[in-house]
Amino acid sequence: MEWEVVIGCEIHTQLATKSKIFSGAATAYGAEPNTQACAVDLGLPGVLPVLNKEAVRMAVMFGLAVDAEIGRRSVFARKNYFYPDLPKGYQISQFELPIVGKGQLAIELEGGESKTIGITRAHLEEDAGKSLHEDFHGMTGIDLNRAGTPLLEIVSEPDMRSGAEASAYMRKIHSIVTYLGICDGNLQEGSFRCDVNVSIRPKGQEAFGTRAEIKNLNSFRFVEKAVEYEVERQIAIIESGGKVVQETRLFDADKGETRSMRSKEEANDYRYFPDPDLLPVVVEEDFIEALRKTLPELPDAKKDRFIEQFGLPAYDAGFLTSSRGIADYFEQVVEASGAEAKLCANWVMGDLSAALNREDKTIEQSPVSAEMLAGMLKRIVDNTISGKIAKEVFEAMWSGEGDADAVIEKKGLKQITDSGAIEAVIDEVIANNAQQVENYRSAEPDKRGKMIGFFVGQVMKATGGKANPGQVNQLLKSKLEG
Amino acid sequence: MHNKTIAELAAGLRAGEFTSEELTRAFIERIKAHDDRLNSYITVTEEQALAQAREADQRIAAGTAGPLTGVPLAHKDIFCTDGVRTSCASKMLDPFIAPYDATVVRKFREAGAVMLGKTNMDEFAMGSSNETSFYGPVKNPWDLGAVPGGSSGGSAAAVAARLAPGATGTDTGGSIRQPAALCGITGLKPTYGRVSRYGMIAFASSLDQAGPMARTAEDCALMLGAMAGFDERDSTCAEQLVDDYICGLNNDLKGLRIGLPKEYFGEGLDAEVAGAVEAAVDEYKKLGAEVVEISLPNTNLAVPTYYVVAPAECSSNLSRMDGVRFGYRCEEPKDLEDLYKRSRGEGFGPEVKRRIMVGAYALSSGYYDAYYLKAQKLRHLISDDFKKAFEQVDVIMGPTAPTPAFNLGEKKDDPVAMYLADIYTIAVNLAGLPGISVPCGFVGKRPVGLQIIGNYFDEARLLNVAHKYQQATDWHLRTPEGF
Repeated sequence: MEWEVVIGCEIHTQLATKSKIFSGAATAYGAEPNTQACAVDLGLPGVLPVLNKEAVRMAVMFGLAVDAEIGRRSVFARKNYFYPDLPKGYQISQFELPIVGKGQLAIELEGGESKTIGITRAHLEEDAGKSLHEDFHGMTGIDLNRAGTPLLEIVSEPDMRSGAEASAYMRKIHSIVTYLGICDGNLQEGSFRCDVNVSIRPKGQEAFGTRAEIKNLNSFRFVEKAVEYEVERQIAIIESGGKVVQETRLFDADKGETRSMRSKEEANDYRYFPDPDLLPVVVEEDFIEALRKTLPELPDAKKDRFIEQFGLPAYDAGFLTSSRGIADYFEQVVEASGAEAKLCANWVMGDLSAALNREDKTIEQSPVSAEMLAGMLKRIVDNTISGKIAKEVFEAMWSGEGDADAVIEKKGLKQITDSGAIEAVIDEVIANNAQQVENYRSAEPDKRGKMIGFFVGQVMKATGGKANPGQVNQLLKSKLEG
Repeated sequence: MHNKTIAELAAGLRAGEFTSEELTRAFIERIKAHDDRLNSYITVTEEQALAQAREADQRIAAGTAGPLTGVPLAHKDIFCTDGVRTSCASKMLDPFIAPYDATVVRKFREAGAVMLGKTNMDEFAMGSSNETSFYGPVKNPWDLGAVPGGSSGGSAAAVAARLAPGATGTDTGGSIRQPAALCGITGLKPTYGRVSRYGMIAFASSLDQAGPMARTAEDCALMLGAMAGFDERDSTCAEQLVDDYICGLNNDLKGLRIGLPKEYFGEGLDAEVAGAVEAAVDEYKKLGAEVVEISLPNTNLAVPTYYVVAPAECSSNLSRMDGVRFGYRCEEPKDLEDLYKRSRGEGFGPEVKRRIMVGAYALSSGYYDAYYLKAQKLRHLISDDFKKAFEQVDVIMGPTAPTPAFNLGEKKDDPVAMYLADIYTIAVNLAGLPGISVPCGFVGKRPVGLQIIGNYFDEARLLNVAHKYQQATDWHLRTPEGF
């Protein structure tokens, strides 16, 4: 039987507010346990929540970016359950009336066509603390630094049909929230995490199959892998006559498989009801319109502009606009170097991205700044170095040996463009390789093109790669044929 | 000294007739001498009180004193007090020392008032007789065999017995007004949002409101002036200027339109209580008021509505008492579930458990619409009744409670009978309106209270109406025998 995969995502984005959603405590990551938790975050008797308006502003920005209905009157509700890292015994969330309603966005599929994915809703809520199971000798430690951190939970329609689509969707949301500056997008620190609902159904059937929810995926790659594994697992179950159980599963990245966490039968009745400590959030039209004007250029618009303004291929433009950081970096390189956009694009997408991937760094953490890369490209443009030497310069800059000019100077990488000096080397090469010279000269002219490579290689070897390749070619030709 | 009102004490302090330290010492001595009969205090903060009193004396000497500087007061043990046990009369919070002051407590401290201690109450403010306290029941000073009412029973008894000239209370369904009535004092529940709830341990967040309890309306006006006002820590606190509650106290009542809801004078009302209330209304007529019969047709829905809304909210509010971070924790928990179950099972008393269970039930999936949502709708109907009434009248009057104080133990095992003790006060909380109870007579030894309900933020008028009555009568000046 042919199966169709149905996927919906719930993405938790941590909003980049300075203080928590209902208290004045800081949200910075990585502080000593419980040093960023005030009386409100601790859920002490008598304390009350007060809404951080900045969180509302950010949520509305997101709504506008995905063309969504903005909840003009949204309501905070309590989700009641007991857990040690949930200090009040309830999480303040939004239930019936979320701040962001139906919206949509486009993802790009392999092969370049685009697909619209529906956004069901996005709502504001507070994060819980963390339970620490290590270092406590059989007991559990509680760190409430994260308790009360503002989250925007973005719920999609079940519109995705493969792990690749789910991953593309997650990337798209990631790029939107980082473009808007409402989330730092840091996957490792958990600022952006995805729950994926996966089910399968026979192709052509309308009713959904039973779904499994895979929780807390914090990498685009994991989303794809987890979905692929889960789909195979579900197909295997159904094809062997079994039934998929509705449950929550975890993805084990090391083994590349999902495993059961808890089944829905044990699920809590959360007893949602409107939080009487908080007034409904009323968003006025003026506020929305004022925010709309402050929206930055979003990924799709930026991509179109890159194609138009820089003459880049669609693939390059898509890559370069996948995050605001990369796009900004690229534009800075173009501007500061004065080099052709395509050359800049090749370096950003090539050596720079490879180095970032290799060391698992984001563009913001790159040791080679846009200015440094631009400085190096200038030296390619003005023929101080060749593209090949530039790779060496780049690696040196990456390891902290200074900017391009300093590296070129220190390592003596300046290209040899003095014809006399190059000629001297060529003469030596010709003298030392009489047989090859003979072969070249006796060959048919159309075969010579390939044969000249040998001499170029010898010259480059002798000059440590510093001879200007164009000049070498030209001089060699005239000498060999002259 | 202890028979003076807050206004008189404040004047005496400023005139140098006595110091705050002498005054505070006198009240501490009285508490030591008399409170074992009443059990109105859970904690007496003698040392802090004397230190605060000496500070107040310096302020008075320096001429920087406000109207309440140096006046001793007591706080219901529901308000968090920095460094002092804040128990809510529960075993659950018996070990809890609050690390911060409630806004109300802070405001009184900044005004220079002296805190004598923390008063007894029903556990987590759930009760109408002060019999659910972990620290034992409070007795009514007028009759030691009777309850003082609840939940602010300790505050009411302490003020009535002159163990404090005034005290704070909280009112979720009548918890200031009903004990004020049963103990023969004056107690005001302000408009919802008039006084900050920050630091006041929540029972039912949409109904809870703090207010003053004292012997006279004038004293309540002085206290409310210090308590009221916007607080950025409480999102439900109103951003509305605080009236001067003193300057209008003596306004003429000529032409005041008093509404008497016929539903408040029907079945279940004690005949002698009815007589006392009617006599009070006659007194108002003499003061120039007009009386109009009105109807609040949904009155009978108030108690059932309340007993869905309040337990629902409390079931969630009390979840934070989980034995994890503060308060009572059971011994040797086997695992997490055992820790939760036994800490809460052992820490909460039966009435609190009953309400948590009722509330959790009303919110659970499948029942939410039938109970919680329905109750919210009824709440609107009840509010609308009052809105219509206030188009016709300036204030509404009736009995505060259907009977005078009942005997200790009389209704303890009959929750529904107990709930009906608040039948005239609960609707006011559901609508968020202000209400005051004023002493207006006795049934035997036991006092009777007149309830006056006002429109939103009309506390100044309520205090004026109550004060004029107290100028014409002396019920509020009577002292219980033996105190």
